[in-house]
Amino acid sequence: MTLLRLAPILTLAVMLGPVIAGLGGTLLPAIGIMPVLGSAEPGLGPVRDLLAWPGLPRAAGLSLFTGLASTALALTLTMLICAGWQGTRAFSWLERVLSPLLSVPHAAAAFGLAFLIAPSGWIARLIAPVAGWERPPDLLILQDPMGLSLIAGLVVKEMPFLLLMSLAALPALRPAETLVTARSLGHSRTGGWLRTVFPRLYPQLRLPLYAVLAFSMSVVDVAMILGPSTPPTLSVQVLRWMNDPDLAMRLRAAAGAVLQLLLTLGALGMWRLGELLVARAGRAWIETGARGPRDGLLRGVALLAGAVSAGAVVLGLAMLAVWSVAGFWGFPALWPSSLTAQGWTRSGAALAGPAVQTALIAGVSVGTALLLVIACLEAEDHLGLRPGRRALWLLYLPLLVPQIAFLPGLQVLALISGMDGTLGAVIAAHVVFVLPYVFLSLSDPWRRRDPRHARIARALGASPSRVFWRVSLPMMLRPVLTATAVGTAVSVGLFLPTLLLGAGRVPTLTTEAVALASGGSRRVVGVTALAQTAAAFLPFALALAIPALAWRNRKGMQHG
Amino acid sequence: MADTDQTGLVLDHLRLLRGPEEMLRVDARIPPGEVLTLMGPSGSGKSTLLAAITGTLPRAFRSHGRIALNSTPLDGLPPEARRTGILFQDPLLFPHLSVGGNLAFGLDPAVKGRAARRARIDAALSEIGLEGHASRDPETLSGGQKARVALMRVLLSKPRALLLDEPFSRLDAALRDQVRRLVFDRAKAEGLPVLLVTHDAADAEAAGGPVISLEG
Repeated sequence: MTLLRLAPILTLAVMLGPVIAGLGGTLLPAIGIMPVLGSAEPGLGPVRDLLAWPGLPRAAGLSLFTGLASTALALTLTMLICAGWQGTRAFSWLERVLSPLLSVPHAAAAFGLAFLIAPSGWIARLIAPVAGWERPPDLLILQDPMGLSLIAGLVVKEMPFLLLMSLAALPALRPAETLVTARSLGHSRTGGWLRTVFPRLYPQLRLPLYAVLAFSMSVVDVAMILGPSTPPTLSVQVLRWMNDPDLAMRLRAAAGAVLQLLLTLGALGMWRLGELLVARAGRAWIETGARGPRDGLLRGVALLAGAVSAGAVVLGLAMLAVWSVAGFWGFPALWPSSLTAQGWTRSGAALAGPAVQTALIAGVSVGTALLLVIACLEAEDHLGLRPGRRALWLLYLPLLVPQIAFLPGLQVLALISGMDGTLGAVIAAHVVFVLPYVFLSLSDPWRRRDPRHARIARALGASPSRVFWRVSLPMMLRPVLTATAVGTAVSVGLFLPTLLLGAGRVPTLTTEAVALASGGSRRVVGVTALAQTAAAFLPFALALAIPALAWRNRKGMQHG
Repeated sequence: MADTDQTGLVLDHLRLLRGPEEMLRVDARIPPGEVLTLMGPSGSGKSTLLAAITGTLPRAFRSHGRIALNSTPLDGLPPEARRTGILFQDPLLFPHLSVGGNLAFGLDPAVKGRAARRARIDAALSEIGLEGHASRDPETLSGGQKARVALMRVLLSKPRALLLDEPFSRLDAALRDQVRRLVFDRAKAEGLPVLLVTHDAADAEAAGGPVISLEG
């Protein structure tokens, strides 16, 4: 019991401690304090140095533009899909492909998309016979200076996340009934949904959206693969400075990281302002009573966008798979002229070590997160705690602070304490990001349990621990496994924490894959990115298979 | 209370409070083998009273007074040490255990040895007309069968009192009489004091004991 009482505090410490410590560790060098480098006098040197870098306006502008544009686009498309198709068969099909899409790591999805849309990709090969291309067209599609392909890569990954968050929030709003009412008043399906369901759904999407915005603005791995390179987005440039052999560049990196934090805060503020403006305009629009045109075209566009987005990820993975076994594959052939297992036998063997590291890091960090989350949820039950909105904000905090803003500081602290480059440091950093997702995934089903089962068990003479092990935990098997899968997918996909806290000495499938972003052979990229995807996907498959097997004779356990 | 006999379930000047507000006040003794019925609309605190007796009172509530079972005060005892069996509206069989597993969960640990426990469970199943159903999935049973398994699960745990929280209200009329009869007969045979809370006058009538009506 006393241990349970400590669980919420311990969880907050494990999750927010590194964020706060890391922010401190970034702020101090940014104002010139970094005793390790013999710099102890506070001053504006690093800031001046950063401002003098000629690429700064462009890099900062790219971060802002790609982040805001991808978030706005992902939100718009997701809402249009929900508005036009919720409750239809197409929608439930989309729901089914959601989990697999979500589990695809960002880096693998970005590589897949890159392979698809590159001048030598499948799309160009399809067009080639019509356009008369005999060699890949000389177009700068990937890593375009505007960051458009980066935006595309972010949108296809953020749409499933926002859709999942919407699906979790929607049932409580009883959208079907609202929609029938709106349609009987003469509104179209989309128009009625946007007027009656969206305004109630949005408040529940706010935190996930802020997390998406903060992530998209400061993401490193996707930006290294799909984003422009001269200059890159600010966060990628900060990482370059971090990795510069000249240690003095660390000060400039710290100043850049602080700027990234300010940019994110500014963008969140802009988004909030936008919310207010849209809400005001929306209210006026609703009150005009306008019924709007028929929504056939809009619904078609929404469905197409959803299909293209899902298709881009799936076809991208397919293209990775084909490249991983391709022998010679000339342009504009749609299929390699020969297949070979060489990629898998050669790079596959080299990937065994990183695969083991990946599994080890994910296993320990997800295990730790599960332990803390379940302890917190049990503490809620036993101590009668009712966490409110503030607790939810705390939970989202690690997802709202840009990784590049606090991880460099954390690395410095790890360096000082001699922890850098150890597996322990990497795992501790992973827990920071795994914990919120495990909590978000497990808390709803855990809180929805029928408390009478536990009461009956106690009245039958079972102690609290027997109730937990024999009743609560087995009945929660499916949600616990799902949370494990979600946590594993997060851990497998983490790039920056692994790279920085591991000091480059803890290779995982993700760091190996991203390292290939500049000029890796397509075959090796295919093998590595697929291995990364498999590592994230396997737990989801197990989370489906294990309950199905364990409860094959238990009808009461087959849903929920 | 005038009588000095303290066997059975004693609710001695028991008051339930939500915050400062009093929800319910009871002063009663239920002798072994007898049924006391508390009638009242939903929201009158009937179910909360049962939670106070089983020791699972939600944090928002407090109870004053004394609860004792066969002269042993229950106040301060953890729920699992009170041996107050409870049946709810729903049978609430553990969906992840087999029918036999549900009964084994309840069966008094004093029955030792795998074979002896197995035999006791098989015998219990025959008593309720479900012989050979030990390995069945509880979800495949009919409503009446589930209710009987739930009753047997409580009885096997050797309770010293039986608390009934509208346990017949979800059963259809034909089944309701049958299950009601079974529960009251078994409780009487085992000499258990029974506290029934309900809003159905037919339940109170079938119980045959004294009835206390609560205000809404």
